[in-house]
Amino acid sequence: MSLRIDQDHSRFRNIVRGKIRQNLRRYITHGELIGRKGKDVVSVPIPQIDIPRFRFADRQQGGVGQGDGEIGDPVGGGQEGDRSGQGKAGKDPGDHILEVDVTLEELAQILGEELELPDIEDKGKSKIATTKDRYTGIRRVGPESLRHFKRTYREALKRMIASGTFNPERPVVVPIPDDKRYRSWKTDVEPVANAVIIYMMDVSGSMGDEQKEIVRIESFWIDTWLKSQYKGLESRYIIHDAVAREVDRDTFFHTRESGGTMISSAYKLCLKIIEDNYPPEEWNIYPFHFSDGDNWSMDDTLTCVELLKHKILPKVNMFGYGQVESPYGSGQFIKDLRELFAKEEKLVTSEIRDKDAIVTSIKEFLGKGK
Amino acid sequence: MSDIALKTQLPSYLREWQHKIEEIARGHGLDFFPVVFEILGYDQMNEIAAYGGFPNRYPHWRFGMEYEQLSKSYEYGLSKIYEMVINSNPAYAYLLEGNSLTEQKLVMAHVIAHVDFFKNNFAFRATDLDASGRIDPVRRPENYDPNRKWIDKMANHGQRVRRIIERYGIQKVEEFIDDCLSLENLIDPHLPFAGTETSTVEDENVAIEVPRLRSKDYMDPFINPEEYLEAQRRKIEEARERQKRFPERPQRDVLLFLLNHAPLERWERDILEIIRTEAYYFLPQMQTKIMNEGWASYWHSKLMTEGILDASEIIDYADRNSSVLATSGGRLNPYKLGVELFRHIEERWDKGQFGREWEECDSLEMKRHWDMRLGLGRKKIFEVRALYNDVTFIDEFLTPEFCHEHKLFSFAWSNRNERYEIESREFKQIKDKLLFQLTNAGNPFIYVEDANFENRGELLLRHEHQGVDLRADWARETLRALVRMWKRPVSIQTVFDGKGTILRFDGREHTSRLFKAS
Repeated sequence: MSLRIDQDHSRFRNIVRGKIRQNLRRYITHGELIGRKGKDVVSVPIPQIDIPRFRFADRQQGGVGQGDGEIGDPVGGGQEGDRSGQGKAGKDPGDHILEVDVTLEELAQILGEELELPDIEDKGKSKIATTKDRYTGIRRVGPESLRHFKRTYREALKRMIASGTFNPERPVVVPIPDDKRYRSWKTDVEPVANAVIIYMMDVSGSMGDEQKEIVRIESFWIDTWLKSQYKGLESRYIIHDAVAREVDRDTFFHTRESGGTMISSAYKLCLKIIEDNYPPEEWNIYPFHFSDGDNWSMDDTLTCVELLKHKILPKVNMFGYGQVESPYGSGQFIKDLRELFAKEEKLVTSEIRDKDAIVTSIKEFLGKGK
Repeated sequence: MSDIALKTQLPSYLREWQHKIEEIARGHGLDFFPVVFEILGYDQMNEIAAYGGFPNRYPHWRFGMEYEQLSKSYEYGLSKIYEMVINSNPAYAYLLEGNSLTEQKLVMAHVIAHVDFFKNNFAFRATDLDASGRIDPVRRPENYDPNRKWIDKMANHGQRVRRIIERYGIQKVEEFIDDCLSLENLIDPHLPFAGTETSTVEDENVAIEVPRLRSKDYMDPFINPEEYLEAQRRKIEEARERQKRFPERPQRDVLLFLLNHAPLERWERDILEIIRTEAYYFLPQMQTKIMNEGWASYWHSKLMTEGILDASEIIDYADRNSSVLATSGGRLNPYKLGVELFRHIEERWDKGQFGREWEECDSLEMKRHWDMRLGLGRKKIFEVRALYNDVTFIDEFLTPEFCHEHKLFSFAWSNRNERYEIESREFKQIKDKLLFQLTNAGNPFIYVEDANFENRGELLLRHEHQGVDLRADWARETLRALVRMWKRPVSIQTVFDGKGTILRFDGREHTSRLFKAS
């Protein structure tokens, strides 16, 4: 049901997001509610816009309370009006507080609106779905193998009590065919992931913590956006220096290795993963590669180009290459790619100089609606 | 309204309970407007609560903000709204769908006492739409049945604002509403009871007489030379001109002053008037929060435990009741404070613990066992509910014994420890703090002092400083809103850190200068 308030609410959300009425933004304070969700204590941020008025300065005013305590004891929780302090620490020490901000769905929506990202055109392949049978109901007919023992005897007992043939002294229950009950099932259609992101990251010595942080943030946003576009989304992670290996998410973001860089090793592994698991007719495939662009040799770069051109690009929706700037790297790789794939639409390259450039870079990657 | 009324009729078993509860309440002497109960789902409840109880208000983002806070805290199980009641005639009240019968009965009993309060407390007379001229706070007509069709009134406001938005665009209108809301608290709570001011216009045509020195006729032109007289006359005229202040007397209803004198467009005037009317509507509720909730809690517990509940519900009821009256984290709960004070009054007047003899008695022992069996308690609390507001209620009935028994304390900000700390448990300090918070509904006293400040058509407001400074950043922002209305620079005279200060905004920059109080 749509409520009258929805209009006012979306207007408020838009003000908070800074889309309209920018002049109100400076009055926004970020309060929080401390709530409970299961066992966890969650902090629910509630943005608030206070219209300025002639009011008293909070701190001078003080107030009256009720309860135990000696003079000089702190008053629990402070005043309600004192929400202005930003990012106040949680009030229950020892409890782990989770942030529940916007849902990821909302986040993706904001991202989409903010960056004016087009919705992705599905490759037009049939959505894959598996069916799963769930035994959820009871029927009066069915194969003997599915007979529900308990229910059948319960029915028999009911019938016998109702007809007065049940003798509590000698409690024998005999089912007749009418009493028989069988399990029955419902078939659920479950959508299966039909999109996969393969993240590749250069973890050679030249990639510092800051570079990795950038990759982490960027891949989070890419994840969020693609998740909003596809029902199921799988992610795979590859790290490489001179050799490549597949790792889990955690390792991906926290590994620091040293050594040389052979980008082709990652591309080979990526190709192998695609070929083994993700037939391109059924999957939307998104490889993203992040590196500082310092490849071992021109030969290896050429191998990469070959792999991309003939093997990988035909199979994927798009291939993203993001280059972070590092003090050590020459940053040659992106130039080579741009030169050699000038006309290739599926290959998207982006340079990410610093954290502030992440937004533009996401837009470059996802702005084409592939 | 109608679309809600249709879907939300009360089921018959609740209607029966309503009749029963009303009957019991009348038996106890409660006197209330007819009450229309409606039952709402939680999202509708949150919506209407966000609109301040009215299903139909003008569009504004802050209602959306309220809604988000209410629904978030509902979703995370932090709070839910049990009841809501609107001061109107007939009164409207909302019950939350899915509450247990015990809870609904509790809410109905609570609501009926609220409506009794709305009808009988003097402060709410200011919300009578058919009142004209000065309202007498004590006497009211026989068969008092005022027009308080506020649901319609608010819906009309909504329509008017919507029409204006259609014509001038949401952005422009909303910005103006924000400016109005910045000034919303600058109204005069006494105005409805003061009536329209009859200004004593001095007769300007009275000739100016210059005092002459006594003289013989023939000497007169020499002793009182014509040129000198003329010069004197001019001087007096100028002085008179200077004295002609505008406004003549400081005016507390800043909104009214702007409405009458600021160069506003018609639609702006329309909106400002709406905001002002609604501010006056909500004012009595702010002035009587403690009393109103106390009164309703007093009666719901009386009615529930003396007739409405059966034995199986008592535990459930006690559980709910205790959560309503709970104090946590040292915070003052108006429900609790109010109900305990009413009970305190009832007990004192039952036992005759008042008057000169009581005041002058020094023996704690005697006081403890003081019981003259007067039985005046019930009568007294009915009188109190009609003739007091929170300020006078606390001022007259808060006693040292009460503060001690209920462990009240005053708190203040400690600069050294960066936190609020318990400051004192002395009766006087507690009472002073409490009264300060309640006076003028917690707002500073602000007057329009001069509309031709420094003879430049600038507006000067004056903050009557009573020990607590204004919040400086907000004061500056509020000046912006004032400038947008007044279209000329606006200043406010106040005190910061013990120094008289004038803050001024001229539309481009803020200035402040020290000022010596004359």
